Amino acid sequence: MKDLLAVAMLLSIYGLLSASFFVAMDAVDVAFTEASVGAGISTLLMLVAISMTGRAEHPSRHKPLLALAVVIVTGSLLIYGTLDMPYFGSAEAPIHQHIAPRYINDSMQEIGVPNIVTSVLASYRAFDTFGEVVVIFTAGMGVLALLSVVRRSPVDIAKIVLFNDAMHERHLILRIVTKIMIPFILLFAFYVQFHGDFGPGGGFQAGVIFASAIFVYTMLFGMNTARRVINQSFIQVLAAIGVLLYGCVGVVSLFNGKKFFDYSALAIDPVAGQHLGILFIELGVGLTVASVMVIIFFNFAGRNETPRNSDKQDL
Amino acid sequence: MDAFIHISSSLFLLIGSFLCLSGGIGILRFPDFYTRMHAVGVTETLATAMILIGLILYNPDFLVDVKLVIILLMTLFISPTAGHALANAAMLNDKMQKDDNKQNSEVKSSTS
Repeated sequence: MKDLLAVAMLLSIYGLLSASFFVAMDAVDVAFTEASVGAGISTLLMLVAISMTGRAEHPSRHKPLLALAVVIVTGSLLIYGTLDMPYFGSAEAPIHQHIAPRYINDSMQEIGVPNIVTSVLASYRAFDTFGEVVVIFTAGMGVLALLSVVRRSPVDIAKIVLFNDAMHERHLILRIVTKIMIPFILLFAFYVQFHGDFGPGGGFQAGVIFASAIFVYTMLFGMNTARRVINQSFIQVLAAIGVLLYGCVGVVSLFNGKKFFDYSALAIDPVAGQHLGILFIELGVGLTVASVMVIIFFNFAGRNETPRNSDKQDL
Repeated sequence: MDAFIHISSSLFLLIGSFLCLSGGIGILRFPDFYTRMHAVGVTETLATAMILIGLILYNPDFLVDVKLVIILLMTLFISPTAGHALANAAMLNDKMQKDDNKQNSEVKSSTS
């Protein structure tokens, strides 16, 4: 397969299919994440990257046989390793002996959140999730350091208006429909954010959905209009605030005499403290994910637009 | 009453699945891009609407029904728009290629 666009679309279809088999295995939260990240936003970012670099793959000079041999050896070693693992769904597996029963039986008393996945992700394993958020933040910083677009001259509003008028004829239907849809997408993102305690959802998915609404707006109304709506430096500050908020919750519980990320220290009633902690943590995750996605997209797409800015204005 | 609701919801589901299937056959059998687009774009919207209406009739839970209605409205908005965007992009691409061909032939005729 040499056409990179087709490869990206195939990857997206694979993401959607794996989301549906996660649903079939009753892992609704994972399916939600896979559908929004794997099928949605990563495909979008890949398409932006392809539009920057070109559709065709470069002919490779190296021999593929060595790589194939390495892959086959590692793959067979991994498969050999799985032979020692307990069978899928077997009751004697270590995971079903002490961890899973603890989560299923006690999480309602300890955390008081109906969605066990959220209580595991945000409270029992808060440190892991903190690591994930820091990884996302670092990715955003890396993109910023490598691809940061230098803003040379402030674009005047007359040019933006001109560009918008030129686009308006060509994408009239798309523009109107997205204008109707964007508020609902944003509302859905907030629903996913704050409903994560009760149903599938949470900060990661909500951030991605929020960012995708901004992507759609940017695609149809142009980079410069979107830049006027969303301040670049403000969104960078937001990404940092998300990570800080997450870390601060841990530090506050440390100061209150409990362990790092032990939210029961946040309020007098331990369960209320857990609720508060999960709320703040999901907020931090959502802020960081949304703003990092927007930073990555803006830097990818802005790089694409800068050299061609002049001839687009001629249209 | 119960039996009536069950039968009508299954009828809706059946019609929806049939439309999905016919759209799938259409995308394989029709000759060029625009007719294929047409086959899928027309059947898909109606098929999704039919399946969702069948599910709404089938489900007694009010909250789930409201969510399904919202999904129905979203699909009614989104899938025709997606079809339009695809067809529009294809048309623009076609036009651009034709212009390129014309320019090439003009260049050829002028050089020869």
